[in-house]
Amino acid sequence: MSSLQVSVYRYNPETDSAPYMQEFQIDTQGRDLMVLNVLTMIKDQDSSLAFRRSCREGVCGSDGMNMNGKNGLACITALSEVVKDNKLVLRPLPGLPVMRDLVVDMGLFYKQYERMQPYLQNDTAAPAIERLQSPEERDKLDGLYECILCACCSTSCPSFWWNPDKFVGPAGLLQAYRFLADSRDNATQARLAELEDPFSLFRCRGIMNCVSVCPKGLNPTRAIGKIREMLLSNAT
Amino acid sequence: MVTNITNLGRSGLSDWLIQRVSALVLAVYALFLVAYLLFHPNLDYVTWSGLFAQTWMRIFSLLAFISMAAHAWVGLWTISTDYLKHTGARFGFQAVVILAIFVFLVWGVQVLWGA
Repeated sequence: MSSLQVSVYRYNPETDSAPYMQEFQIDTQGRDLMVLNVLTMIKDQDSSLAFRRSCREGVCGSDGMNMNGKNGLACITALSEVVKDNKLVLRPLPGLPVMRDLVVDMGLFYKQYERMQPYLQNDTAAPAIERLQSPEERDKLDGLYECILCACCSTSCPSFWWNPDKFVGPAGLLQAYRFLADSRDNATQARLAELEDPFSLFRCRGIMNCVSVCPKGLNPTRAIGKIREMLLSNAT
Repeated sequence: MVTNITNLGRSGLSDWLIQRVSALVLAVYALFLVAYLLFHPNLDYVTWSGLFAQTWMRIFSLLAFISMAAHAWVGLWTISTDYLKHTGARFGFQAVVILAIFVFLVWGVQVLWGA
């Protein structure tokens, strides 16, 4: 059987009073395509479908969406990984406002990222050459800097769904730790002070949805635990 | 900067630490009670009230009650700020919870040291 039944979330706020699911039959000719290929084939049938995509190889982070209930990047998710009973259900990332079809408003997500001041801060005099790091210091950034901000993790996190204005979310917290762990950054105290309240970091309940969906195999829960350790050793 | 005035420790870090430490106290207390019941299969009222007549057991029990009160407040405060989006409903819920915790705590002290 090569015809795949695809159910796609549709919503155009200018013409639809409510979102609805639209059914498509896609002939995959038995190939194990990526979900993004299927979306392109659907777009050939109905050009009004809106979704984001750019690099189609898991680098740009544009096509994060919910595929058969699990967040991921459509371009690097093979049908064989997600399709059950020859059915594929595609929805926008949960918890963020839908602008149209599979396109969500990432404003809150970026706002939390910006709040973490994701850039090196160092108030000591700049040396004549670069600020050097030992290989060991550089190793601490592995598993942190690779984030592509696709929002798959934060939008799979119930704590982020309920308090997206106050809880930074796994993506933002991974980046917070990326700069806390950097030997060249010395804004550590200010960064920790920003995270000490009951919402920004501590609303994480460690359910690890973020780890389970991250298309880059990163571990925000571990980074959150490390920040908690830093806060604790700072305050006891 | 996220502000808050109704959580227990005024800081996420202290709430988190209180939650972990109180959980540990409650676990030890529960294990002790279960073990005590297992070692006294024919438990009667005299033995049971004799246990609670000793000062160390009263201190241990009061510690467990206070841990329970703190644990419940941190947990229920968190739930209320997750799910109750209407300020009036959230504040009302928090008021009822804190009143209940206060009543149960005072009542617990009375049970331990009264009669």
